[in-house]
Amino acid sequence: MNRILPLVQNETIKMMKKRRFLVVILILLVLIPVFTYAQMKVAQNNREKFKDWRHTLQQQITDNQNSLASDRVPEEWKKFRRIMVQQWQYYLDHDVDPSSPNGVTFVKSFMENSSSLFIPLLVMAIASDIVSSERTTGTIKMLLTRPVRRWRILLSKLLTLTIFVGLIILTTFVLSYLISGSVFGYNGWNQPVFTGFQITGVEVDISGVHPVPQWLYLIMQTGLIWFSSMVVAILAFMISVLVRSTAASIVTMMAAIIAGSILTNMASSWPSAKYLFMVNLQLTTYLAGSPPPIEGMTLPFSLMVLSIWALAALFISFRVFTKQDILN
Amino acid sequence: MLKDENPVVLQVDQVKKRIGKKWIIHGVSFDVRAGEIFGFLGPNGSGKTTTIRMLVDLIKPTEGQIELCGYNVNRDPEQALQYVGCIVENPEVYTYLTGWENLEHFARMQPGIDHVRIQEVVDIVRLEGRIHDKVKTYSLGMRQRLGIAQALLGRPKLLILDEPTNGLDPKGIKELRAFIRELADQGMAVFVSSHLLSEIQLMCDRVAIINQGRVLAVGEVNELIEEGSNYVVWHLEPAQEGRVVLQAQQGIELVHVADIQLDEAMLAGMDSDVWVTQMDPDRISDVVKVLVGSGIQVHSVQKMNPTLEQLFLRMTEGESIE
Repeated sequence: MNRILPLVQNETIKMMKKRRFLVVILILLVLIPVFTYAQMKVAQNNREKFKDWRHTLQQQITDNQNSLASDRVPEEWKKFRRIMVQQWQYYLDHDVDPSSPNGVTFVKSFMENSSSLFIPLLVMAIASDIVSSERTTGTIKMLLTRPVRRWRILLSKLLTLTIFVGLIILTTFVLSYLISGSVFGYNGWNQPVFTGFQITGVEVDISGVHPVPQWLYLIMQTGLIWFSSMVVAILAFMISVLVRSTAASIVTMMAAIIAGSILTNMASSWPSAKYLFMVNLQLTTYLAGSPPPIEGMTLPFSLMVLSIWALAALFISFRVFTKQDILN
Repeated sequence: MLKDENPVVLQVDQVKKRIGKKWIIHGVSFDVRAGEIFGFLGPNGSGKTTTIRMLVDLIKPTEGQIELCGYNVNRDPEQALQYVGCIVENPEVYTYLTGWENLEHFARMQPGIDHVRIQEVVDIVRLEGRIHDKVKTYSLGMRQRLGIAQALLGRPKLLILDEPTNGLDPKGIKELRAFIRELADQGMAVFVSSHLLSEIQLMCDRVAIINQGRVLAVGEVNELIEEGSNYVVWHLEPAQEGRVVLQAQQGIELVHVADIQLDEAMLAGMDSDVWVTQMDPDRISDVVKVLVGSGIQVHSVQKMNPTLEQLFLRMTEGESIE
């Protein structure tokens, strides 16, 4: 361990001096205010339509309670509505407007939306050249002729990558909270969010639905985003070992990720596509209770598929890196 | 020289390398001892760089052994490589770091190198003034010196320099030569590759000559020169009569200037009507006596050592470079 730490230090210094992470922060600093502004416009429109949100919400609750008494409403709907009524009532009791976004709600939806393309892109900006840049510049010859075994060098790069994936997600989180909070306010940590929807076919199983405070929901969501980001990072890492050019390695990964988001929209009739890593990346859908891209996909299934892909990529990376001849 | 008694630092034994189906290196063997400057001479594409890469574990040999201070480079790189400092091809360092940061980076990869040692190597290569500037502002000569500083960090027993004079000006080359000699005098083994024969002649104690993946000869640079046949250039007047006298002598063979490779620079200053003979140099004064006795004026007699280029061309006679 005390031999690997100086190597990680080396890699971290190189990463910072290459200003890659600075670029990531700059991108976030430009994009988050744009989304915050867009969200603010949506909130303004809503406020113009409904004068006082308490009246609107009270009306919604009354309507739903009335329908609960009716025999014609199916039992499942009633259950779901009961939950919604409870949720709205909770919002009313705590004097929190569920439709007016606060900083925390913004973070939640921003992170969820960026988990499929935006965060993977930022991760790739860092992962794609971590090995290939050493080959492009020829510094790999200096690196590999020092008395350090090759697997240690690669491991130090992988550990550094893990640190930076964490930093990217943390930075996205913190910046989106700070920036959106200045517009929407910094509260909302304890606002309840409902989770635990089980979707089987077209039926929604709501037996497991329960409210969690938004801070807990955010932690779970961030954990899932970190997991899928690490899988993207490890795959980009492998491409970086295999391909000499940094540009080629970014394009390869980007193509795979975009193919994933296209497949997600059309692969419902091709069930075996669920074993591809790209359609499994959006783990947050399971948390929010939206239907999965392909029938039969569950959170454990996706975690399993992603883990297998990541382990295979790690195996190939280390195998190739320790065996290959450095000819260029 | 007592260098034969010095310990062997690098031992290369029947190393072969196949890439795909093609054999690139057909069997290379040589030893390098502490305190000597060992030249590795061959034209571009002869397998020099591939061999050097095998010495430092960048390429794994298909067959054969490479031992550094008794450790097998491929099986035990962590032990073996701590005795080596090297520059393979160009001195590649991180251009977005300063010289000092680069040295710190490589110092962290090996235990026992502190800031005092880094300062030491900076002083050795005389880079004090610019060491805290970004490497991208360095000239090629300065990068070369930074590369050598990096190679010296771990107090190596063997320094490997691949074409070290590439891109250096004549003054820089001269400084480098003196510097390498100084290191060798302190007991370090220095392995220098080059495609320039004059460079090896000026710099090295021993040399291995490689072509098309085969070592053609290994030996002391001076011995290899002595082994080569010696040419004597005669400038006589009248020329034709002188020629007759020369031909009459026993053990003297006249050769056509066009058939042999002499240093063109040395012939440039001479008249065109000179005779070149192949003979034992000890007989020169006898022959001069005979010539003078026959009434022939001897304007100049010059003994010429064959250059390494001649040696090389003679060894590879008939084989064209693919």
